[in-house]
Amino acid sequence: MSEWRYWLNEQRGTLIGLAIFVLMFAVYIANHPAGLTANVAQTAANKGVLLAFVAMAQAMVVITAGIDLSVGMILVLTNCLASWIVVGTPMQTTAGVLGVLLAGTICGAINGLLVIKGRLQPIVATIATGAVYFGLALLLRPFPGGAVNEDLADAVTGRIFGIIPSSLVVMLVVVLLVWLPFRRSEIGRAAYAAGSAEAAAFMSGVPIRRAKLVAYTLAGLLAGVGGLFLTFFTYTGEAAYASGSGYTLWSIAAVVLGGVSLYGGRGSAVGAIFGAFAARTTGDMLFVFDVDPLWQPLLQGIVLLIAISIGAIGLLRVRNRLEWFR
Amino acid sequence: MTEATENRLSLRARLPGPIRRADPAVLTSFGCILLLLFLGSLYSSNFLSPEYLLQQLKVASFLGVIAAGMMLVILLGHIDLSVPWVMTMGAMMACAAAGFGSTVIAIPFGILCGMLFGLLNGFGVAYLRIPSMIVTLATNVVAQGLMVLYTGGFSPQDSAPQAMRWLATGYIIPGVPNAILVWASVSVAMVFLLTRTTFGRSVYGIGNSERAAYLSGINTRRIVMVAFAVSGALSAFGGVLLAGYASKAAQAMGDAYLLPSIAAVVLGGTSILGGRGSYLGTVAGVILITLLQSILSVMQMPEAGRQIVYGIVIIAMLLLYGRNPASR
Amino acid sequence: MTSTQSQSNAPLLRMEGIGKRYGGVRALDSASLVVESGRIHAILGENGAGKSTLIKIMAGVVAPDEGQMLLKDQAVSFRSPAEAAAAGIACVFQELSLIPDLSVADNISISNPPRRLGLIDRKAQRRLSEEALARAGAGDIHPRALVRDLPLSRRQLVEIAKALAWMPRILILDEATSALTASDVTKVFAVLKRLRAEGLAILYISHRMHEIAELADECTVFRNGRNVASYAAGTRSNSEVVEMMIGREVSSAFPPKPAARIHAAPVLSCKNLGWSDRLRDISLEVRPGEVVGLGGLDGQGQRELLLGLFGVLRGTSGTISIDGAARSITSPGAARAGTIGMALIPEDRKTEGLLLPMTVRENLSFAALDRLSRHGVIDRDRENASIEEMVRLLAIKTAGADTPVGALSGGNQQKVVIAKWLTRRPRILLLNDPTRGIDVGTKQEIYQLLRRLAEEGSAILFYSTDYDELIGCCDRVLVLYDGKIVKELAGGEITERALISSALNVQTEPEAAA
Repeated sequence: MSEWRYWLNEQRGTLIGLAIFVLMFAVYIANHPAGLTANVAQTAANKGVLLAFVAMAQAMVVITAGIDLSVGMILVLTNCLASWIVVGTPMQTTAGVLGVLLAGTICGAINGLLVIKGRLQPIVATIATGAVYFGLALLLRPFPGGAVNEDLADAVTGRIFGIIPSSLVVMLVVVLLVWLPFRRSEIGRAAYAAGSAEAAAFMSGVPIRRAKLVAYTLAGLLAGVGGLFLTFFTYTGEAAYASGSGYTLWSIAAVVLGGVSLYGGRGSAVGAIFGAFAARTTGDMLFVFDVDPLWQPLLQGIVLLIAISIGAIGLLRVRNRLEWFR
Repeated sequence: MTEATENRLSLRARLPGPIRRADPAVLTSFGCILLLLFLGSLYSSNFLSPEYLLQQLKVASFLGVIAAGMMLVILLGHIDLSVPWVMTMGAMMACAAAGFGSTVIAIPFGILCGMLFGLLNGFGVAYLRIPSMIVTLATNVVAQGLMVLYTGGFSPQDSAPQAMRWLATGYIIPGVPNAILVWASVSVAMVFLLTRTTFGRSVYGIGNSERAAYLSGINTRRIVMVAFAVSGALSAFGGVLLAGYASKAAQAMGDAYLLPSIAAVVLGGTSILGGRGSYLGTVAGVILITLLQSILSVMQMPEAGRQIVYGIVIIAMLLLYGRNPASR
Repeated sequence: MTSTQSQSNAPLLRMEGIGKRYGGVRALDSASLVVESGRIHAILGENGAGKSTLIKIMAGVVAPDEGQMLLKDQAVSFRSPAEAAAAGIACVFQELSLIPDLSVADNISISNPPRRLGLIDRKAQRRLSEEALARAGAGDIHPRALVRDLPLSRRQLVEIAKALAWMPRILILDEATSALTASDVTKVFAVLKRLRAEGLAILYISHRMHEIAELADECTVFRNGRNVASYAAGTRSNSEVVEMMIGREVSSAFPPKPAARIHAAPVLSCKNLGWSDRLRDISLEVRPGEVVGLGGLDGQGQRELLLGLFGVLRGTSGTISIDGAARSITSPGAARAGTIGMALIPEDRKTEGLLLPMTVRENLSFAALDRLSRHGVIDRDRENASIEEMVRLLAIKTAGADTPVGALSGGNQQKVVIAKWLTRRPRILLLNDPTRGIDVGTKQEIYQLLRRLAEEGSAILFYSTDYDELIGCCDRVLVLYDGKIVKELAGGEITERALISSALNVQTEPEAAA
């Protein structure tokens, strides 16, 4: 009984993220003309998964009390790269996929090295690397184009047994292969420790620097998975600045909606996934309510503003004003 | 480690006042400006001509006005990501007000719109205690939404009124574009604000420890809100100037100013964590970034190469002097 | 695991000729120390006497410049805390080294978790932490609880459990009880005595003399980086020990109190003040010229009372009156304003009192910017004059007004915190344990300052965790227990016996009371 309470307390952020998503998705489905069909679920999953990967990447870094403003640009870069190399025979395609993932990982590792070895502030360092990654993407694809192995693309964006969206399955596999081992490992715990109380973690001999480096590197890898998926959905590569910065911004929003504290140490990548799906559902909601597309950005902004203000209700309970300042 | 710090302290204590107080980061960034000019002059002798330099200062003044507001917010330990669309909104609303026939209030109206959004940011950060990165992200989307709704997604029809063009491109002093004078006045005001007023002291204090500032009896929430309002107003003012320069407002005209304004402040030696930094450094950072962009475009480098060089140069300079102290 | 090789006569740990410099400052100068198994060894000394450096060397946090360390006659040197811990030396530091967002179990096995398949074995970890918690006398703390949800005193017990999880031969406690409530201190002492019986060597650093008297087998006094005396506990009187620590005679540690009671009208009073369940029905009066102490065990609502008076707490009930008129004080800004004139010296000078990277000048004028400026513009002449006055008045040792305040010593930093409020010439001065972690010399300066301010007409409300201070400094002492004032002591009634019995809220017949 009391074990339950401790579990709930540990997972509070993630569960809030889940609740927000379930609520929004329920409203969406209830008003969708077709209801919850396999098709609707597939579309929603495909759109959500894309942001979910970037949000997971952001969560990795945010847990260490850092931030990665280049995740969107890594996504764009790996998208452009994938549109060149994820083609041809199954062997070539496999090599291409690995190449894309490696590229994402390297980008993440560079961010990590600059922050840890270079001792730069994550905000500025990743703004600058983001510019570099976008430049490289432009070099690869000055104009939109390219191709991707369509069999593979259709397989991972389609459905398994006609109902289960395969993109969700892929995401589950990534969570199982990347996030869970990270979370359960010493390095993952060190990442949380570094985000929560860096000085205390140092005193306890926790490998802070290694943990941060791993977090940034895995963030690059996850953003690379996102870039790969973007290519599978669009069949092309495109170096669009607005798309890159959009993904970066919404990844931060998704992380917050998913209960990850921007101050570090709290939350999980699973929460960030729910946050990403919730953020995506906002956009879809406007569609089912048949809102003029011109209103869409404004309403999205207002919904975001309201969502983040909800957390402020807790302030009313604060009885010692010093708790305002952390 | 401690030994080195103490030696440096004692060494600096023996230097004469003005040099002792000068931030090494500021000196380095001015050094980098000279280096860039030198490299440019190897490429073309035009780089040292007064016309070119004045032209660069004029272009820099738009970024300079925006970076002044950004610096205020960064000194508090916050950040303002709503610059792009608040700036665009300032430009569009000023042009719209002029379109309604009242040229006189065009500029103040644009700035006022920016200030309102700044107040919204400040309210979210100071009173609702939401991280500034999130609030300003959301208000940026809201501002964008409003402008998309207003323009219908197309380029706005109103062109910039004469007053705006004059402010950006006219001359009061022959040879010196008014935009430079505007930037200079904003700069003088900022220096005064930061070094001589209780508001400036409070900003530095809050940036170092808002808890300590609050317990010292400072109304920290009001200071934070006012700083964000100033930042919003200056963003919008930057947009007004830019629209005057380009003779009209345009969609997404502010996108190219967010990262440079943050980079300029940080390259100028202001700590992104707040509480430390001098305005002179921000001026240096603005000139540095403007020169860099100019040199890259004079060299006719394609956009891709420009982005890469731009990013690498910022990283290199930060590695040179923008590093955190080594931990233990 | 505690291998007591009793056949060898060599002491467990012997440190000889240890020297350490920080820049130009010699922190340790050929210091030596012998640590024996099964003994509790107290280390005393002023701040800056070299105790902390010695411990850091033992625990592998810093490396000595010279000298040697022998563990059972084997020369050792540690490059990290983990190496020292592996050799059997575990340290409970003064600053908490716990990670608030991790669970108790995670924290206890943070640097050496049990592993399975390369990942952390949670079941084994849970078992280990339950054992360690039980050994630390904190079996009631759930291993899955998050550290941030625990009160400070419980965290300290987790900290001890964390050190015990290393199965150390030497356990070092550096001011480990400073945050504990009295009942927890009792528990910790029982644990330490049991560990001693198990054969552990315990090094105990504390400023609290009565704790040392109760606990230690032997004591070593440090002064100016050297060990100046070692003696069996209980063989020296407190004043002898203090003399050894400061190396000069303490003629009058506390300034004399005025003989007459003060009859002026109270400047600060509150009636039936309540807040949450931490403050209950508090009524008090402070007159100008009076130093009123707040006593009791730590954490009985004293801090909340000061914060509540200063306008920091929301939702307080009851009334606060200034000069007899009820006032609503809703922020420190309102509390410091002219007609109220209140000042609070906060608990933690590093995060609440000072802006560490900023200069002495900026800190000294920070709480009085409104007084030192005209229309929001700082008047530099007035500012300079007030800073000079404060530096002189409190004898703040600084290279200049433009030195970062973080570069000053702890005592001088605390002087800056006090001076920044004196700049406003407050009528009511609230102090929250202002001498914690401060050297004896500065403490005495602060006592004299308080008395002088009182003579000049200030009303002073003074919370201290040190009974000696309450006895020596205060005209009256209000003892709090569980958020209530349970006893008011005045003049000669303020004795250690009276303070302790009322702090524990037990009814003993006081011998001195009428």
